[in-house]
Amino acid sequence: MPTPTDAKPAMPVIEFRDVEKQFDTKTVLKELNFTIERGERVTLIGPSGSGKTTILRLVMTLEGLTDGYIYIDGAPLVYEQRDGKRVPVSKRQQKLLTTRIGMVFQQFNLFPNMTVLENIIEAPIHVLGINKRDAIDRAHQLLEKVGLPDKTDAHPTALSGGQQQRVAIARALAMDPEILLLDEVTSALDPEVVVDVLQVLRDVAATTDVTMLIVTHEMSFARDVSHRVMMLDGGKIIESADPETIFTNPAKERTKKFLAAVLRDA
Amino acid sequence: MIRLPGLMGVLSGTVDAPDIDDTTSFWRWDFAWEVLPEMLRSFFQVTLVVTVVGTLIAAVLGLIIAILIRVLPKPLAWLVTWSANFIRMTPIVVQLLVVFYGFVWMEPMAIALLVYGVHYSTYMSEVYRAGIDAVPTGQWEATTALSLSAVRTWQRVIIPQALRSTVPSLGNYAISMFKDTPFLIAISVMEMVTTALEIGGFTYRYIETITIAGVIFLVASYGTAVLVNRLERRLAYAY
Repeated sequence: MPTPTDAKPAMPVIEFRDVEKQFDTKTVLKELNFTIERGERVTLIGPSGSGKTTILRLVMTLEGLTDGYIYIDGAPLVYEQRDGKRVPVSKRQQKLLTTRIGMVFQQFNLFPNMTVLENIIEAPIHVLGINKRDAIDRAHQLLEKVGLPDKTDAHPTALSGGQQQRVAIARALAMDPEILLLDEVTSALDPEVVVDVLQVLRDVAATTDVTMLIVTHEMSFARDVSHRVMMLDGGKIIESADPETIFTNPAKERTKKFLAAVLRDA
Repeated sequence: MIRLPGLMGVLSGTVDAPDIDDTTSFWRWDFAWEVLPEMLRSFFQVTLVVTVVGTLIAAVLGLIIAILIRVLPKPLAWLVTWSANFIRMTPIVVQLLVVFYGFVWMEPMAIALLVYGVHYSTYMSEVYRAGIDAVPTGQWEATTALSLSAVRTWQRVIIPQALRSTVPSLGNYAISMFKDTPFLIAISVMEMVTTALEIGGFTYRYIETITIAGVIFLVASYGTAVLVNRLERRLAYAY
Protein backbone atom coordinates (compact mmCIF):
# COMPACT_ATOMS: atom_id res chain seq x y z
CA MET A 1 0.00 0.00 0.00
CA PRO A 2 1.52 3.35 -0.97
CA THR A 3 2.00 5.66 1.95
CA PRO A 4 3.11 9.27 1.97
CA THR A 5 6.47 8.04 3.27
CA ASP A 6 7.12 5.94 0.18
CA ALA A 7 6.35 8.87 -2.08
CA LYS A 8 8.60 11.34 -0.32
CA PRO A 9 11.24 9.60 1.76
CA ALA A 10 13.06 12.79 2.69
CA MET A 11 10.00 14.32 4.36
CA PRO A 12 10.27 15.41 7.97
CA VAL A 13 8.25 13.10 10.17
CA ILE A 14 6.43 16.01 11.80
CA GLU A 15 5.97 19.44 10.33
CA PHE A 16 4.06 22.36 11.85
CA ARG A 17 3.29 25.11 9.36
CA ASP A 18 1.86 28.41 10.60
CA VAL A 19 0.06 26.61 13.38
CA GLU A 20 -2.23 28.64 15.56
CA LYS A 21 -4.23 27.34 18.50
CA GLN A 22 -6.81 29.27 20.47
CA PHE A 23 -8.86 28.15 23.44
CA ASP A 24 -11.95 30.35 23.31
CA THR A 25 -10.31 33.74 22.97
CA LYS A 26 -6.95 32.83 24.47
CA THR A 27 -4.21 32.28 21.91
CA VAL A 28 -1.93 29.48 23.08
CA LEU A 29 0.16 28.92 19.96
CA LYS A 30 0.85 31.43 17.24
CA GLU A 31 2.56 31.22 13.84
CA LEU A 32 4.31 28.10 14.96
CA ASN A 33 6.70 26.55 12.43
CA PHE A 34 9.03 23.64 13.02
CA THR A 35 10.00 20.26 11.63
CA ILE A 36 11.17 17.08 13.28
CA GLU A 37 13.22 14.55 11.39
CA ARG A 38 12.77 10.80 11.46
CA GLY A 39 14.36 9.25 14.53
CA GLU A 40 14.92 12.60 16.15
CA ARG A 41 14.22 13.00 19.86
CA VAL A 42 13.07 16.51 20.68
CA THR A 43 12.23 17.90 24.09
CA LEU A 44 9.97 20.88 24.54
CA ILE A 45 10.78 23.04 27.53
CA GLY A 46 9.32 26.28 28.75
CA PRO A 47 7.19 27.79 31.50
CA SER A 48 3.72 26.37 32.14
CA GLY A 49 1.18 27.79 29.74
CA SER A 50 3.78 28.17 27.02
CA GLY A 51 1.95 25.60 24.87
CA LYS A 52 4.24 22.54 25.16
CA THR A 53 1.52 20.06 25.97
CA THR A 54 -0.80 21.66 23.42
CA ILE A 55 1.72 20.83 20.71
CA LEU A 56 1.67 17.14 21.67
CA ARG A 57 -2.11 17.14 21.89
CA LEU A 58 -2.38 18.68 18.43
CA VAL A 59 -0.16 15.94 16.98
CA MET A 60 -2.34 13.30 18.67
CA THR A 61 -5.50 15.07 17.34
CA LEU A 62 -6.79 15.51 20.89
CA GLU A 63 -7.27 19.20 20.16
CA GLY A 64 -8.71 20.98 17.15
CA LEU A 65 -6.42 23.14 15.07
CA THR A 66 -7.40 26.81 14.89
CA ASP A 67 -5.24 27.68 11.93
CA GLY A 68 -2.33 26.35 9.91
CA TYR A 69 -1.28 22.84 8.97
CA ILE A 70 0.34 19.82 10.54
CA TYR A 71 2.02 17.20 8.36
CA ILE A 72 2.96 13.69 9.38
CA ASP A 73 5.41 12.12 6.93
CA GLY A 74 4.39 14.88 4.54
CA ALA A 75 0.69 14.03 4.68
CA PRO A 76 -1.76 16.57 6.13
CA LEU A 77 -3.08 15.49 9.52
CA VAL A 78 -5.95 17.87 10.21
CA TYR A 79 -6.38 20.30 7.33
CA GLU A 80 -5.04 20.30 3.83
CA GLN A 81 -4.76 22.87 1.11
CA ARG A 82 -6.97 22.08 -1.81
CA ASP A 83 -7.57 24.60 -4.62
CA GLY A 84 -6.17 27.30 -2.38
CA LYS A 85 -8.68 26.47 0.35
CA ARG A 86 -8.08 25.02 3.80
CA VAL A 87 -10.23 21.90 4.08
CA PRO A 88 -10.39 19.19 6.75
CA VAL A 89 -8.79 15.86 5.82
CA SER A 90 -10.94 12.75 5.81
CA LYS A 91 -11.39 10.82 9.04
CA ARG A 92 -9.86 7.81 7.31
CA GLN A 93 -6.73 9.63 6.32
CA GLN A 94 -6.41 11.04 9.82
CA LYS A 95 -6.80 7.60 11.37
CA LEU A 96 -4.16 6.20 9.01
CA LEU A 97 -1.72 8.79 10.31
CA THR A 98 -2.63 8.72 14.01
CA THR A 99 -2.12 4.94 14.03
CA ARG A 100 1.58 5.67 13.60
CA ILE A 101 1.57 7.98 16.62
CA GLY A 102 1.62 6.81 20.21
CA MET A 103 1.22 8.84 23.35
CA VAL A 104 1.99 8.39 27.02
CA PHE A 105 0.05 10.64 29.37
CA GLN A 106 0.81 12.30 32.66
CA GLN A 107 -2.12 10.45 34.26
CA PHE A 108 -1.31 7.08 32.58
CA ASN A 109 -4.92 6.63 31.38
CA LEU A 110 -4.81 2.85 31.51
CA PHE A 111 -8.19 1.18 31.11
CA PRO A 112 -9.14 0.15 34.66
CA ASN A 113 -11.68 -2.43 33.48
CA MET A 114 -8.99 -4.44 31.70
CA THR A 115 -5.99 -6.35 32.94
CA VAL A 116 -2.48 -5.16 32.12
CA LEU A 117 -2.29 -7.66 29.26
CA GLU A 118 -5.68 -6.65 27.87
CA ASN A 119 -4.64 -3.01 27.99
CA ILE A 120 -1.59 -3.79 25.89
CA ILE A 121 -3.10 -6.17 23.30
CA GLU A 122 -6.40 -4.36 22.70
CA ALA A 123 -5.20 -1.93 20.03
CA PRO A 124 -2.65 -4.21 18.29
CA ILE A 125 -5.39 -6.80 17.77
CA HIS A 126 -8.28 -4.52 16.87
CA VAL A 127 -6.51 -1.67 15.14
CA LEU A 128 -3.46 -3.27 13.53
CA GLY A 129 -5.14 -6.66 13.03
CA ILE A 130 -2.34 -8.64 14.64
CA ASN A 131 -3.43 -12.11 15.71
CA LYS A 132 -3.99 -12.64 19.38
CA ARG A 133 -1.13 -15.09 20.00
CA ASP A 134 1.45 -12.76 18.46
CA ALA A 135 0.00 -9.78 20.31
CA ILE A 136 0.27 -11.63 23.62
CA ASP A 137 3.86 -12.71 22.86
CA ARG A 138 4.76 -9.14 22.06
CA ALA A 139 3.02 -7.89 25.21
CA HIS A 140 5.11 -10.28 27.31
CA GLN A 141 8.29 -9.02 25.66
CA LEU A 142 7.31 -5.42 26.30
CA LEU A 143 6.40 -6.10 29.93
CA GLU A 144 9.80 -7.71 30.30
CA LYS A 145 11.36 -4.63 28.80
CA VAL A 146 9.60 -2.26 31.20
CA GLY A 147 10.44 -4.50 34.14
CA LEU A 148 6.97 -5.85 34.94
CA PRO A 149 6.96 -9.40 33.58
CA ASP A 150 4.81 -10.73 36.44
CA LYS A 151 2.02 -8.15 36.24
CA THR A 152 0.27 -9.55 33.15
CA ASP A 153 -3.02 -10.36 34.85
CA ALA A 154 -3.08 -7.53 37.37
CA HIS A 155 -5.61 -4.74 37.10
CA PRO A 156 -4.12 -1.26 36.79
CA THR A 157 -5.61 -0.14 40.11
CA ALA A 158 -3.52 -2.82 41.85
CA LEU A 159 -0.32 -1.21 40.55
CA SER A 160 1.65 1.74 41.83
CA GLY A 161 1.81 4.92 39.77
CA GLY A 162 5.28 4.10 38.47
CA GLN A 163 4.19 0.61 37.47
CA GLN A 164 1.07 1.96 35.78
CA GLN A 165 3.16 4.40 33.79
CA ARG A 166 5.51 1.62 32.68
CA VAL A 167 2.51 -0.40 31.52
CA ALA A 168 1.29 2.68 29.66
CA ILE A 169 4.67 2.91 27.92
CA ALA A 170 4.43 -0.78 26.98
CA ARG A 171 0.90 -0.19 25.68
CA ALA A 172 2.07 2.67 23.48
CA LEU A 173 5.06 0.69 22.20
CA ALA A 174 2.87 -2.31 21.37
CA MET A 175 1.48 -0.26 18.48
CA ASP A 176 4.98 0.08 17.02
CA PRO A 177 4.62 3.83 16.68
CA GLU A 178 6.85 5.89 14.41
CA ILE A 179 6.29 8.82 16.72
CA LEU A 180 6.06 8.61 20.49
CA LEU A 181 4.65 11.58 22.37
CA LEU A 182 5.59 11.79 26.05
CA ASP A 183 3.48 14.29 27.95
CA GLU A 184 5.01 14.99 31.37
CA VAL A 185 5.10 11.27 32.01
CA THR A 186 6.79 11.56 35.40
CA SER A 187 4.93 14.58 36.78
CA ALA A 188 2.29 12.53 38.61
CA LEU A 189 4.80 10.10 40.12
CA ASP A 190 6.49 9.83 43.48
CA PRO A 191 10.10 10.98 43.23
CA GLU A 192 11.57 7.55 44.00
CA VAL A 193 9.83 5.83 41.05
CA VAL A 194 10.59 8.59 38.55
CA VAL A 195 14.03 7.06 38.05
CA ASP A 196 12.55 3.68 37.03
CA VAL A 197 10.24 5.23 34.46
CA LEU A 198 12.97 7.41 33.02
CA GLN A 199 15.30 4.39 32.84
CA VAL A 200 12.69 2.55 30.77
CA LEU A 201 12.46 5.52 28.43
CA ARG A 202 16.23 5.79 28.18
CA ASP A 203 16.26 2.13 27.13
CA VAL A 204 13.59 2.76 24.53
CA ALA A 205 15.59 5.71 23.21
CA ALA A 206 18.76 3.65 23.08
CA THR A 207 17.28 0.54 21.47
CA THR A 208 14.75 1.93 18.97
CA ASP A 209 14.75 4.66 16.37
CA VAL A 210 11.28 5.90 17.26
CA THR A 211 10.86 9.63 16.86
CA MET A 212 10.15 11.19 20.25
CA LEU A 213 8.51 14.44 21.11
CA ILE A 214 8.89 14.98 24.83
CA VAL A 215 7.46 17.41 27.32
CA THR A 216 9.18 17.08 30.68
CA HIS A 217 10.45 18.93 33.66
CA GLU A 218 13.24 16.40 34.16
CA MET A 219 16.07 18.42 32.71
CA SER A 220 18.79 15.82 33.13
CA PHE A 221 16.62 13.31 31.26
CA ALA A 222 15.97 15.88 28.53
CA ARG A 223 19.67 16.52 28.29
CA ASP A 224 20.56 12.82 28.10
CA VAL A 225 18.04 11.56 25.55
CA SER A 226 17.29 14.56 23.31
CA HIS A 227 18.94 15.39 20.03
CA ARG A 228 17.40 18.80 20.23
CA VAL A 229 15.67 20.99 22.80
CA MET A 230 13.11 23.60 21.88
CA MET A 231 12.41 26.43 24.29
CA LEU A 232 8.87 27.77 24.14
CA ASP A 233 7.55 30.98 25.56
CA GLY A 234 4.19 32.61 24.94
CA GLY A 235 3.23 30.10 22.27
CA LYS A 236 6.38 30.55 20.22
CA ILE A 237 9.64 28.70 19.86
CA ILE A 238 12.21 31.20 20.99
CA GLU A 239 15.22 28.92 20.80
CA SER A 240 16.00 25.51 19.35
CA ALA A 241 19.36 23.83 19.68
CA ASP A 242 21.17 20.70 20.81
CA PRO A 243 20.90 20.07 24.57
CA GLU A 244 24.55 20.93 25.23
CA THR A 245 24.07 24.42 23.83
CA ILE A 246 20.70 25.01 25.47
CA PHE A 247 21.78 23.88 28.92
CA THR A 248 25.25 25.35 29.01
CA ASN A 249 25.18 28.29 26.68
CA PRO A 250 21.68 29.38 25.68
CA ALA A 251 21.41 32.22 23.21
CA LYS A 252 18.36 33.82 24.69
CA GLU A 253 18.14 35.56 28.04
CA ARG A 254 14.62 34.12 28.54
CA THR A 255 15.97 30.56 28.22
CA LYS A 256 18.75 31.33 30.68
CA LYS A 257 16.27 32.66 33.24
CA PHE A 258 13.91 29.72 32.79
CA LEU A 259 16.69 27.16 33.18
CA ALA A 260 18.11 28.94 36.18
CA ALA A 261 14.68 28.76 37.82
CA VAL A 262 13.99 25.05 37.10
CA LEU A 263 17.51 23.87 37.81
CA ARG A 264 17.55 25.69 41.11
CA ASP A 265 14.40 23.76 42.09
CA ALA A 266 15.92 20.47 41.05
CA MET B 1 -65.49 -9.51 31.47
CA ILE B 2 -64.27 -12.41 33.59
CA ARG B 3 -60.80 -13.74 32.84
CA LEU B 4 -60.22 -15.65 36.02
CA PRO B 5 -60.14 -19.42 35.53
CA GLY B 6 -59.60 -20.00 39.23
CA LEU B 7 -62.71 -18.11 40.17
CA MET B 8 -64.66 -19.76 37.39
CA GLY B 9 -64.39 -22.81 39.59
CA VAL B 10 -65.75 -20.88 42.54
CA LEU B 11 -68.62 -19.57 40.47
CA SER B 12 -69.48 -22.89 38.90
CA GLY B 13 -69.49 -24.57 42.31
CA THR B 14 -66.65 -27.04 41.67
CA VAL B 15 -64.58 -25.19 44.27
CA ASP B 16 -65.97 -24.29 47.65
CA ALA B 17 -67.11 -20.73 47.51
CA PRO B 18 -65.97 -18.58 50.40
CA ASP B 19 -68.64 -17.46 52.77
CA ILE B 20 -69.49 -14.25 51.05
CA ASP B 21 -72.19 -13.46 53.58
CA ASP B 22 -69.50 -12.86 56.19
CA THR B 23 -69.21 -9.11 56.21
CA THR B 24 -68.21 -8.79 59.86
CA SER B 25 -64.79 -10.52 59.87
CA PHE B 26 -61.90 -8.24 59.08
CA TRP B 27 -59.65 -11.13 58.06
CA ARG B 28 -60.46 -14.74 57.12
CA TRP B 29 -57.46 -17.08 56.90
CA ASP B 30 -59.43 -19.73 55.01
CA PHE B 31 -60.28 -17.20 52.32
CA ALA B 32 -56.71 -15.88 52.23
CA TRP B 33 -55.33 -19.40 51.65
CA GLU B 34 -57.95 -20.02 49.03
CA VAL B 35 -57.12 -16.97 46.94
CA LEU B 36 -53.34 -17.18 47.44
CA PRO B 37 -52.70 -19.45 44.42
CA GLU B 38 -54.68 -17.11 42.20
CA MET B 39 -52.71 -14.12 43.48
CA LEU B 40 -49.40 -15.90 42.99
CA ARG B 41 -50.45 -16.91 39.52
CA SER B 42 -51.09 -13.29 38.56
CA PHE B 43 -47.77 -12.34 40.12
CA PHE B 44 -45.74 -14.88 38.18
CA GLN B 45 -47.64 -14.67 34.92
CA VAL B 46 -48.16 -10.94 34.68
CA THR B 47 -46.43 -8.71 37.24
CA LEU B 48 -43.11 -10.53 37.19
CA VAL B 49 -43.11 -10.96 33.41
CA VAL B 50 -43.85 -7.29 32.80
CA THR B 51 -41.18 -6.23 35.31
CA VAL B 52 -38.44 -8.54 34.08
CA VAL B 53 -39.06 -8.13 30.36
CA GLY B 54 -39.83 -4.44 30.81
CA THR B 55 -36.58 -3.93 32.72
CA LEU B 56 -34.59 -5.76 30.04
CA ILE B 57 -36.16 -3.64 27.29
CA ALA B 58 -35.64 -0.46 29.33
CA ALA B 59 -32.01 -1.34 30.15
CA VAL B 60 -31.10 -2.01 26.51
CA LEU B 61 -33.15 0.79 24.97
CA GLY B 62 -31.99 3.25 27.65
CA LEU B 63 -28.37 2.53 26.79
CA ILE B 64 -29.08 2.94 23.08
CA ILE B 65 -30.79 6.28 23.73
CA ALA B 66 -27.90 7.51 25.89
CA ILE B 67 -25.34 6.55 23.23
CA LEU B 68 -27.40 8.02 20.38
CA ILE B 69 -27.67 11.35 22.20
CA ARG B 70 -23.89 11.30 22.51
CA VAL B 71 -22.95 10.28 18.96
CA LEU B 72 -25.70 11.66 16.71
CA PRO B 73 -25.29 15.04 15.03
CA LYS B 74 -26.79 17.87 17.11
CA PRO B 75 -30.27 18.22 15.56
CA LEU B 76 -30.91 14.46 15.69
CA ALA B 77 -29.52 14.17 19.21
CA TRP B 78 -31.85 17.00 20.20
CA LEU B 79 -34.79 15.14 18.67
CA VAL B 80 -33.96 11.98 20.64
CA THR B 81 -33.46 13.99 23.84
CA TRP B 82 -36.84 15.66 23.56
CA SER B 83 -38.68 12.51 22.56
CA ALA B 84 -37.26 10.90 25.70
CA ASN B 85 -38.14 13.95 27.80
CA PHE B 86 -41.70 13.84 26.46
CA ILE B 87 -42.11 10.18 27.40
CA ARG B 88 -40.50 10.67 30.80
CA MET B 89 -42.68 13.62 31.66
CA THR B 90 -46.06 12.15 30.81
CA PRO B 91 -47.77 9.58 33.06
CA ILE B 92 -47.37 5.93 32.19
CA VAL B 93 -51.16 5.46 32.51
CA VAL B 94 -51.72 7.97 29.72
CA GLN B 95 -49.21 6.14 27.55
CA LEU B 96 -50.85 2.79 28.29
CA LEU B 97 -54.26 4.16 27.32
CA VAL B 98 -53.01 5.86 24.16
CA VAL B 99 -51.44 2.65 22.89
CA PHE B 100 -54.39 0.53 24.09
CA TYR B 101 -56.99 2.60 22.21
CA GLY B 102 -54.70 3.69 19.39
CA PHE B 103 -53.52 0.23 18.43
CA VAL B 104 -56.54 -1.95 19.17
CA TRP B 105 -55.02 -4.93 17.36
CA MET B 106 -52.24 -5.19 19.92
CA GLU B 107 -52.36 -7.76 22.71
CA PRO B 108 -52.74 -5.99 26.09
CA MET B 109 -49.75 -7.93 27.43
CA ALA B 110 -47.62 -6.80 24.46
CA ILE B 111 -48.71 -3.23 25.10
CA ALA B 112 -47.72 -3.63 28.73
CA LEU B 113 -44.19 -4.82 27.87
CA LEU B 114 -43.76 -2.13 25.24
CA VAL B 115 -45.01 0.80 27.30
CA TYR B 116 -43.23 -0.15 30.53
CA GLY B 117 -40.03 -0.88 28.64
CA VAL B 118 -40.06 2.35 26.65
CA HIS B 119 -41.25 4.54 29.53
CA TYR B 120 -38.53 3.35 31.87
CA SER B 121 -35.88 3.40 29.16
CA THR B 122 -36.16 7.18 29.24
CA TYR B 123 -35.30 7.16 32.94
CA MET B 124 -32.52 4.65 32.52
CA SER B 125 -31.02 6.63 29.63
CA GLU B 126 -30.46 9.47 32.12
CA VAL B 127 -28.68 7.08 34.47
CA TYR B 128 -26.48 5.85 31.63
CA ARG B 129 -25.81 9.42 30.53
CA ALA B 130 -24.51 10.25 33.99
CA GLY B 131 -22.43 7.07 33.95
CA ILE B 132 -20.96 7.93 30.54
CA ASP B 133 -20.22 11.50 31.63
CA ALA B 134 -18.43 10.11 34.67
CA VAL B 135 -15.86 8.27 32.53
CA PRO B 136 -12.74 10.47 32.75
CA THR B 137 -11.67 12.41 29.65
CA GLY B 138 -8.31 10.64 29.86
CA GLN B 139 -10.00 7.36 28.93
CA TRP B 140 -11.36 8.87 25.72
CA GLU B 141 -7.96 10.37 25.00
CA ALA B 142 -6.27 7.01 25.50
CA THR B 143 -8.62 5.44 22.94
CA THR B 144 -7.70 8.20 20.48
CA ALA B 145 -4.01 7.70 21.17
CA LEU B 146 -4.45 3.99 20.44
CA SER B 147 -6.61 4.70 17.36
CA LEU B 148 -9.39 2.45 18.67
CA SER B 149 -12.51 2.57 16.51
CA ALA B 150 -15.62 4.27 17.87
CA VAL B 151 -17.40 0.93 18.24
CA ARG B 152 -14.49 -0.65 20.08
CA THR B 153 -14.12 2.43 22.27
CA TRP B 154 -17.73 2.23 23.40
CA GLN B 155 -17.78 -1.52 23.68
CA ARG B 156 -14.53 -2.12 25.54
CA VAL B 157 -13.79 1.11 27.38
CA ILE B 158 -16.69 3.50 27.86
CA ILE B 159 -19.69 1.22 28.40
CA PRO B 160 -18.00 -1.17 30.85
CA GLN B 161 -16.82 1.77 32.96
CA ALA B 162 -20.11 3.65 32.67
CA LEU B 163 -22.14 0.61 33.72
CA ARG B 164 -20.35 0.13 37.02
CA SER B 165 -21.77 3.26 38.57
CA THR B 166 -25.24 2.72 37.09
CA VAL B 167 -26.15 -0.62 38.65
CA PRO B 168 -27.76 0.76 41.86
CA SER B 169 -29.87 3.32 39.99
CA LEU B 170 -30.95 0.79 37.39
CA GLY B 171 -31.96 -1.56 40.20
CA ASN B 172 -34.03 1.17 41.78
CA TYR B 173 -35.83 1.83 38.51
CA ALA B 174 -36.55 -1.88 38.15
CA ILE B 175 -38.18 -1.76 41.59
CA SER B 176 -40.09 1.40 40.63
CA MET B 177 -41.36 -0.28 37.51
CA PHE B 178 -42.43 -3.29 39.55
CA LYS B 179 -44.42 -1.06 41.88
CA ASP B 180 -45.97 0.75 38.90
CA THR B 181 -47.47 -2.44 37.45
CA PRO B 182 -50.88 -1.87 39.13
CA PHE B 183 -51.43 0.86 36.51
CA LEU B 184 -52.03 -2.04 34.15
CA ILE B 185 -55.58 -2.01 35.50
CA ALA B 186 -56.12 0.81 32.96
CA ILE B 187 -55.82 -1.66 30.10
CA SER B 188 -57.41 -4.61 31.92
CA VAL B 189 -54.26 -6.70 32.21
CA MET B 190 -54.76 -8.99 35.20
CA GLU B 191 -51.79 -8.11 37.35
CA MET B 192 -52.01 -8.62 41.10
CA VAL B 193 -54.07 -5.64 42.22
CA THR B 194 -56.47 -5.96 39.30
CA THR B 195 -56.87 -9.62 40.19
CA ALA B 196 -57.52 -8.68 43.82
CA LEU B 197 -60.25 -6.28 42.81
CA GLU B 198 -61.71 -8.79 40.40
CA ILE B 199 -61.92 -11.43 43.14
CA GLY B 200 -63.46 -8.83 45.44
CA GLY B 201 -66.07 -8.21 42.78
CA PHE B 202 -67.31 -11.76 43.19
CA THR B 203 -66.76 -12.28 46.90
CA TYR B 204 -67.09 -8.83 48.44
CA ARG B 205 -63.88 -9.53 50.32
CA TYR B 206 -60.92 -7.24 49.58
CA ILE B 207 -58.65 -7.07 52.62
CA GLU B 208 -57.10 -10.52 52.15
CA THR B 209 -56.32 -10.18 48.45
CA ILE B 210 -55.02 -6.60 48.66
CA THR B 211 -52.89 -7.53 51.68
CA ILE B 212 -51.46 -10.54 49.87
CA ALA B 213 -50.64 -8.31 46.90
CA GLY B 214 -48.91 -5.88 49.26
CA VAL B 215 -46.89 -8.63 50.92
CA ILE B 216 -45.80 -10.06 47.55
CA PHE B 217 -44.73 -6.56 46.44
CA LEU B 218 -42.76 -6.08 49.63
CA VAL B 219 -40.99 -9.43 49.50
CA ALA B 220 -40.10 -9.13 45.81
CA SER B 221 -38.97 -5.48 46.08
CA TYR B 222 -36.86 -6.18 49.12
CA GLY B 223 -35.39 -9.28 47.49
CA THR B 224 -34.47 -7.27 44.40
CA ALA B 225 -32.91 -4.52 46.49
CA VAL B 226 -30.74 -7.03 48.34
CA LEU B 227 -29.71 -8.60 45.03
CA VAL B 228 -28.81 -5.22 43.51
CA ASN B 229 -26.83 -4.35 46.59
CA ARG B 230 -24.84 -7.53 46.35
CA LEU B 231 -24.20 -7.04 42.64
CA GLU B 232 -23.05 -3.50 43.35
CA ARG B 233 -20.57 -4.69 45.94
CA ARG B 234 -19.26 -7.37 43.64
CA LEU B 235 -18.74 -4.83 40.88
CA ALA B 236 -16.93 -2.55 43.29
CA TYR B 237 -14.40 -5.30 43.91
CA ALA B 238 -14.13 -6.26 40.25
CA TYR B 239 -11.25 -3.87 39.72
